[in-house]
This record gives sequence, structure tokens and C-alpha cells, in this order.
Amino acid sequence: MPTNFEVNGKPVSVTVEARTTLADCLRHHLRLTGTHVGCEHGVCGACTVIVDGYAVRSCLMLTAQAEGTKVTTVEGLSNDEALTPLQASFRKHHALQCGFCTPGMITTAHALLSEEPDCDADRVRDVLSGNLCRCTGYISIVEAVLDARSAYKKPA
Amino acid sequence: MKLPPLEYACPASLSEAVALLAAGGGDARAIAGGQSLMPMLAFRVVAPTLLVDLRKPPELKEIRISADGVRLGAMVRWRDIEDDARLAAAHPLLKAAVEHVAHYQIRNRGTVGGSIAHADPAAEMPGICVTCDAEIAVIGSAGSRVIRADDFFVGALTTALEHDEIITEIRLPAWPANRRWGFREFSRRRGDFAMAAAALFYDQDAGGSAVNAHVGVIGLGDRSRRLPEVEAALNSQVIDEALIERAAEITSATVDAQEDIHASAAYRRSLAGTMVERALRSAAA
Repeated sequence: MPTNFEVNGKPVSVTVEARTTLADCLRHHLRLTGTHVGCEHGVCGACTVIVDGYAVRSCLMLTAQAEGTKVTTVEGLSNDEALTPLQASFRKHHALQCGFCTPGMITTAHALLSEEPDCDADRVRDVLSGNLCRCTGYISIVEAVLDARSAYKKPA
Repeated sequence: MKLPPLEYACPASLSEAVALLAAGGGDARAIAGGQSLMPMLAFRVVAPTLLVDLRKPPELKEIRISADGVRLGAMVRWRDIEDDARLAAAHPLLKAAVEHVAHYQIRNRGTVGGSIAHADPAAEMPGICVTCDAEIAVIGSAGSRVIRADDFFVGALTTALEHDEIITEIRLPAWPANRRWGFREFSRRRGDFAMAAAALFYDQDAGGSAVNAHVGVIGLGDRSRRLPEVEAALNSQVIDEALIERAAEITSATVDAQEDIHASAAYRRSLAGTMVERALRSAAA
């Protein structure tokens, strides 16, 4: 039975084995390989996507559970013309090295800043505690997220 | 690892869900937020042939607050508790404990019912249920029943639930406005499972002495438990610094702790004493 949902604004209909996680569906069936699969058991955060506005781990969700939802992947948070403010901030602060964790960092940070554009460094650290990075030591990532806050604030 | 092969069903009603679980024998499992069950599947610790998704029945998603206390539908997410401003007064201990549950992304999908069905010894929600004398409402082929939290949690990852039973509601008794409470947890990294945690509360009589002390510990043995020796030491006493230190000593001396790769049993007993000490100090402040 096909599962119908929306990915990055476009409707999709996929037929996959019931055991297929949303992460594997995105990568293998929809060829959206920006979502990275690290640990496959909900520890590393690399597979974070946004489902109906909430950052979730796509390795801890079955494809079937995405029925009727709106999914945003890291591909949906970029465009071809120029870097987004969040991407530009990651570049400016050297917030990535190998880049494996970056899609999860970007999706998590985007969900956080969309809801809490005034969050402080402690809140950023709290939220990013669910995303493992083995290169940067996190300091530059936290700085990049804090620096991107202004782009998420609604004009007064 | 990838999940084992399985079938998936998403019934619209609780009665259909119960029928599916009953028909599946022990090989069908209910899935709520999946934040514990999906890793268990990925590790192949469990390999059910059918997953029954509980996301559709609307009656499982409500938080109801009344003079009788707080009722949490089984599918209430950690995020829903964080976002519900009423709970700060209606059950501050619950609210404080839930801040320690897992990470941001997990809190957006993980549910209270899923957590207590999983029954991890280091999880906060089972500890809150045991400490607060919660009642667990369940429904199965044989009908509905209500299980006391202390009877519900049998051991590590083991509960009193029958294979065809679904948790519908967690009922936390009413919380008096002037109740003193504290919650302290220690983990090496934010959001990780507790190496030890303490959840406690007491009321005060007219003379300022503690009555009705409830002291629970999390992450020590095979399940969360109350500490009757510590509660007895606190009841009918004015909680002062000397008594707080005495309570910590009794905790470390009496608590049952297990050794694992994260910490020795002796370290955990010591840590439990410190958590009780700090939680009591914050309660008395």
C-alpha cells in the first residue's frame, strides 16, 4: 500500500516495505541523500528532518508513520542561488569539517530558530546535545546558530 | 541495523487496536512514538511480526487536569507536557522531570505511554509514576483495568501489561498547592539516561513538620522504587540541613544499585544519596 506525504513542498507517493524507516525512504527511494544515517538507533541526530514543524529523527520513524505529513529535509532548507543565512553562518564560523553531521545540525537549528529566534547559548547547547559531531568540538556550531538568529526574527 | 521484517497496521480505534494485538498473540506489538521501540527493533532485541500504531485514536492524546489530579493520555508527548503551561502549577514535579527526558528531537515524538510500556530502569516517567503513586489505566480483550504504578513495573523492561493490553491513561493524584518537592538527575551528557536521579515531595503540617513524604530513585536497580527508610526518617520532622544529610546517608546505605558499563554499584549508591540531598535542599528552600 503506498504511503502519501509531502517532501519539501512536493507530494510524494512511495511503496516500501513496512520496516523501512523514513530515513531510508528519503535516501533510497526518493534519492534525497542529504539526510545522513549515522547510528540508525536514535543517538547521533544526523538523520534529523522536520515533520509538521517538529524536528524528529527519521531513523526512529517508519515511512508509514509519515502518511499525511509535511516533511522538510536539508535539501528543502537550501536553494540554488545563494547560501541561506543559516548556511552562511555555518560557513562564516567554520561550523563544519567533515560535514557528516551537518544536515542534522542544520535541520535541528532551523527548527529551533523558527520557534525560538531569541534562544540563548544555553538553549542552543541543550537542543544540539542530541546531535553528535566528532570534528568541531561544538563551539563553532553554537556560535553559528546564535549568529543566525537575526535572520529568523520577525520584522517588528 | 535495519529493522527486522514486519507488518504495520494503523487502526482508527482502540477496540480495533486491541483486536489486532489479541489476534497477533505475543508477536504483535503496539507502537506509540517509537523512540524506544524503534532502537529495540534496530538492535533486534525484539522482533514482532506486526506493529500496531496507536497514533489515530483521539482519546489517547489529551492532558486533563481536574481536582482529582492530572490525567495524561498515553500518546501525550514530552513536547506536549513542556508546552502545557497549566502543568507548572498542576504538577511541577512532572514538569521538572520531563525536562530531563532525552533530547529535543526525541521529545517531539516520544510519549508518556511508550516510556512506561518500555520501562527502562533509568527513565524519568516510570520514576514519577512510582514516586507519585500513579495509576495506569489499560484496555485489553478482557476489558479495562487500573494498575497501581508499583504493581505495573515488574523489572527492567518488564511490566504487568498483557500482550493484548494498551495503556490508555496515566493518572497522577492531585497536587496540593503548598506541597514541597524536588527533582535532581545526574547524567554525563544532557539528555542522556540518568546514572541516578531522585524525585521527591512532602507536605507540611501546621507545625512545619514534613508529612506524607514520598522519595523515589531512578536509574539505580531494575526499576524505580520508593525508599521507605528515607521517607520514615523525614515524616514528622522539620526538614533541616542535618536531616537532609541524614537522608542522604540513609539513601546511600539502603538503596539497591546495579553495576553497568557506566558506573559501579558503589558509585551509584553514593550518587543517589547526593541526588536525594540536593532534591531535598531544593524542596526545603
